[in-house]
Amino acid sequence: MKIDTHALTETAEGDMTPMIDMTFQLIAFFMVLMNFGEGEQDERIRLPLSQLAKPPDAPNVWPMTLQLTKVGTVLFNGEEVPVQGIRPLLLRESQVMKVQERDPKEATVIIRADATAKTGQVQELIGICQAPEIGFENFVLRAKQRQAD
Amino acid sequence: MLKPKDLPKTEKVELQMTPMIDVVFQLLIFFILTFKITTPEGDFNIKMPLGKSSAQLTKEIPLPPLVVRLEAGSDGRLASITLDNRKLKGFDELHNIVLDRVGDAGPSAAAEEIEVELDCDYNLNYEFVVEAITAVSGKIEGNAILPLIQKIKFANPRKPGG
Repeated sequence: MKIDTHALTETAEGDMTPMIDMTFQLIAFFMVLMNFGEGEQDERIRLPLSQLAKPPDAPNVWPMTLQLTKVGTVLFNGEEVPVQGIRPLLLRESQVMKVQERDPKEATVIIRADATAKTGQVQELIGICQAPEIGFENFVLRAKQRQAD
Repeated sequence: MLKPKDLPKTEKVELQMTPMIDVVFQLLIFFILTFKITTPEGDFNIKMPLGKSSAQLTKEIPLPPLVVRLEAGSDGRLASITLDNRKLKGFDELHNIVLDRVGDAGPSAAAEEIEVELDCDYNLNYEFVVEAITAVSGKIEGNAILPLIQKIKFANPRKPGG
């Protein structure tokens, strides 16, 4: 019996086009939804919820984010320090601003405090920022958006 | 002139798809792993200037501030709310009172003139402060926010346990 060798050696090539199309669609989807502004967010902070918390229309002037954890430590520039330990870091920040001929009074201090953090510690943090040698005056309290009922 | 038989044989050029598909899948996996759905965040402005004399402050703010006192229980949860020494049932009542005050003073003028001072216990959980700010600073109307009182400040901090 003769075997037709030509018929057996043919390679079956699948059509890759639909798969590549779909893959590019997925990549485009994830790229568009990717948020690069998450650098300041930290998983240790669970923000309080508020219906009025809407993203600001205009970006804050010279923003500086201080994150207060529920155990009373402050996260700033990758360092975790107790509330009172933030003073030298803020002083350095303020001096850098002055060297760059920027007024610390115009900088915006964004406070991302955990929902269960103590209010007294938030006030202590604001008090340290307001110290005359540091001189920050603009504060915003950050909250996470709660969907309306 | 070249004869057809002298021409080089036309070979079918096949593009190598494998490296491209490899890279594309690497990208896809990267984006899937770094994908994170985040809820939008918003800011509340707090007015905390220093170094102004009381005379200056009085000149700027003709109306005395509404003092919202938030007392904490031993666990940090809210124990009571008081507005100008009047005990309230909750943040809804605070919101309604603020709506009335703003309405009495005129729609736009009131929001600019009235100031709220938050006097909170040291141990109070911060989420209740944000709830109080939410109650006094705005009202949701459909998809828009109707601003109420925008001047919000903290009273002098209380001592721990005090």
